[in-house]
Amino acid sequence: MHIVVCIKQVPDSAQIRVHPVTNTIMRQGVPAIVNPYDLFALEEALRLKDEYGARVTVLTMGPPMAEAALRKAISYGADDAVLVTDRAFAGSDTLATSCALASAITQIHKDMPIDLVFTGKQTIDGDTAQVGPGIAKRLNMQLLTYVTKVRSVDLEKHEVVVERRSEGGVQLLNTSTPSLITVLEGTNEMRFATMANMFRASRYPVKVWNREQAGIEDVATVGLKGSPTVVSKVFAPTPRAVKAEIIQCESNDPKDLSVTLLAKVFAKYPKLEKEIAKSA
Amino acid sequence: MSEVPAAKKPLGKKRIELDDRLKAYKGIWVFIEHERGKIHPVSLELLGEGRKLADNLGVELAGVVMGVPNETTRSFCNEAFFHGADLCYLMEDELLTDYRNEPFTKGLTDLVNKYQPEIMLLGATTLGRDLAGSVATTLKTGLTADCTELNVDVEARSLLATRPTFGGSLLCTIQTLNYRPQMATVRPRVMPMPEKDTSRTGRIIEDKLGMFEKDIITKVLEFIPDAMQDKPQLPFADIIVSGGRGMKKPENFKLIWDLAEVLGAEVGATRPVVQAGWVDLERQVGQSGKTVRPKLYIAVGISGAIQHRVGMDASDVIIAINSDANAPIFDFAHYGIVGNAMTILPALTEAFKAHLATARKAG
Repeated sequence: MHIVVCIKQVPDSAQIRVHPVTNTIMRQGVPAIVNPYDLFALEEALRLKDEYGARVTVLTMGPPMAEAALRKAISYGADDAVLVTDRAFAGSDTLATSCALASAITQIHKDMPIDLVFTGKQTIDGDTAQVGPGIAKRLNMQLLTYVTKVRSVDLEKHEVVVERRSEGGVQLLNTSTPSLITVLEGTNEMRFATMANMFRASRYPVKVWNREQAGIEDVATVGLKGSPTVVSKVFAPTPRAVKAEIIQCESNDPKDLSVTLLAKVFAKYPKLEKEIAKSA
Repeated sequence: MSEVPAAKKPLGKKRIELDDRLKAYKGIWVFIEHERGKIHPVSLELLGEGRKLADNLGVELAGVVMGVPNETTRSFCNEAFFHGADLCYLMEDELLTDYRNEPFTKGLTDLVNKYQPEIMLLGATTLGRDLAGSVATTLKTGLTADCTELNVDVEARSLLATRPTFGGSLLCTIQTLNYRPQMATVRPRVMPMPEKDTSRTGRIIEDKLGMFEKDIITKVLEFIPDAMQDKPQLPFADIIVSGGRGMKKPENFKLIWDLAEVLGAEVGATRPVVQAGWVDLERQVGQSGKTVRPKLYIAVGISGAIQHRVGMDASDVIIAINSDANAPIFDFAHYGIVGNAMTILPALTEAFKAHLATARKAG
């Protein structure tokens, strides 16, 4: 079995700060990490490798520094790694990104036929959840999103059974391979990197492909040109005109503060009092 | 929300004269999502928002209803009319029983190609994101995910789709210029629910899916419904009491639960608290959690980081308790108490209890 896992290197959003005056993102010193959602996809692939035997190829598109994310994946146990990087990809939206990745997957498929493609649910920087479905549609693969578990793989029948989170419940789905699976977070726990794999990761020659090597002939299908959407404005949320009325009283006793608060709130919002009485 | 002067950039400079093929795309569509006999509330919220956009552009608002052939499915068209739609596209087929990507993608893509809407909106739910991403790629058009605000540039007939970016630290407005339809998914509970007007009617245009079960590769073997009773329904709660890192210790969260019990409220939390394992993931409010719009939101020990704010900003009344008088939460809460949450919470719980007892006697 051959599994491709698409991953992305992202800035750790917990550490992103916005410049208070210019409203621009301050990227300096923000560490780059593997998109946390992608680790669930990688672990699910590695579990299938343990159970059925598989070759796991990790794929990413990004700047040259994204190679670090691929090495991280190798250290967890992935077998191969491909970095697709080209200036022509700059400014890609989700449609253009899915075009580039789908094309790269087709190239990988030529070397060794692919049974499954895994992606994370979404990325923490883009938060779109659109690239997985985009790749599946471009490659005409069956699409299974928000999968919580791959129950079984039948390599002879080319079938896979998965549990998929849907609104209000879990769907148990059977489909044929090759298919693309986006994995929901919290479904498994990433294993520790072994010493042997860490050594391997440090020496592993990552395959680096430019646009042509990734099989993309038409430059207008990727980057800004291949992106139907444009960002027309970036701005900070407006502060509310009026700040909170801070409740104060002479005693500053919690009890007095609470009573004063309720009196003020209910005087201004009499309906709310009824709502609470109803709810309680 | 409007932009901050420092970030002001020229808008619409890239305006492109639409070619005649794209000019033929007219009207606004809302995909009506439903499951087990009920419309997802986000679809009705979108009809309310879609109505405004349609009136601005001077076009019709349509609902798209896809499902099994029966009365319930047809009744969703009426629901759509009651909430603002002028017409509905109805596609009934046994193959549309459970949601599956393949038949729904084909059905919706065919409808778009045939009737050509200029804007199409879906809820940013698991179903909506799965379907929107597939349809947009098939149509090779632009799709903006998880929007929190919609507008139109009437002159350019362009959808201005605004969404949080960089983990919610900033907002960005995204446009799809020379592609149609312009697609967006919108976060549930961000837009207000429109008033229901049962006197409204509309026309129904029916169409066929034109697929056979044997064409569809993915099969649903089983559906295991969630045990609804023990799942918190945070997005629809009228009152929420939320705690953040300022609660200091997991044990202190009991004070939050105590107040919630007196108020008949749901308990919410910030991401750090959920990540620390103090509270269930289902209760996380904010950018990577749930969006809520209760009538009363009590934020305790929550600094008010933008990631949390985007999930609860639309609450009718916000009361904040925080020991730091400079915490950003006081910039957008309606009332605040500066002080130690561990002493104020029990007092507040008692005050509510006493107030409710008096109100009951009086009522």
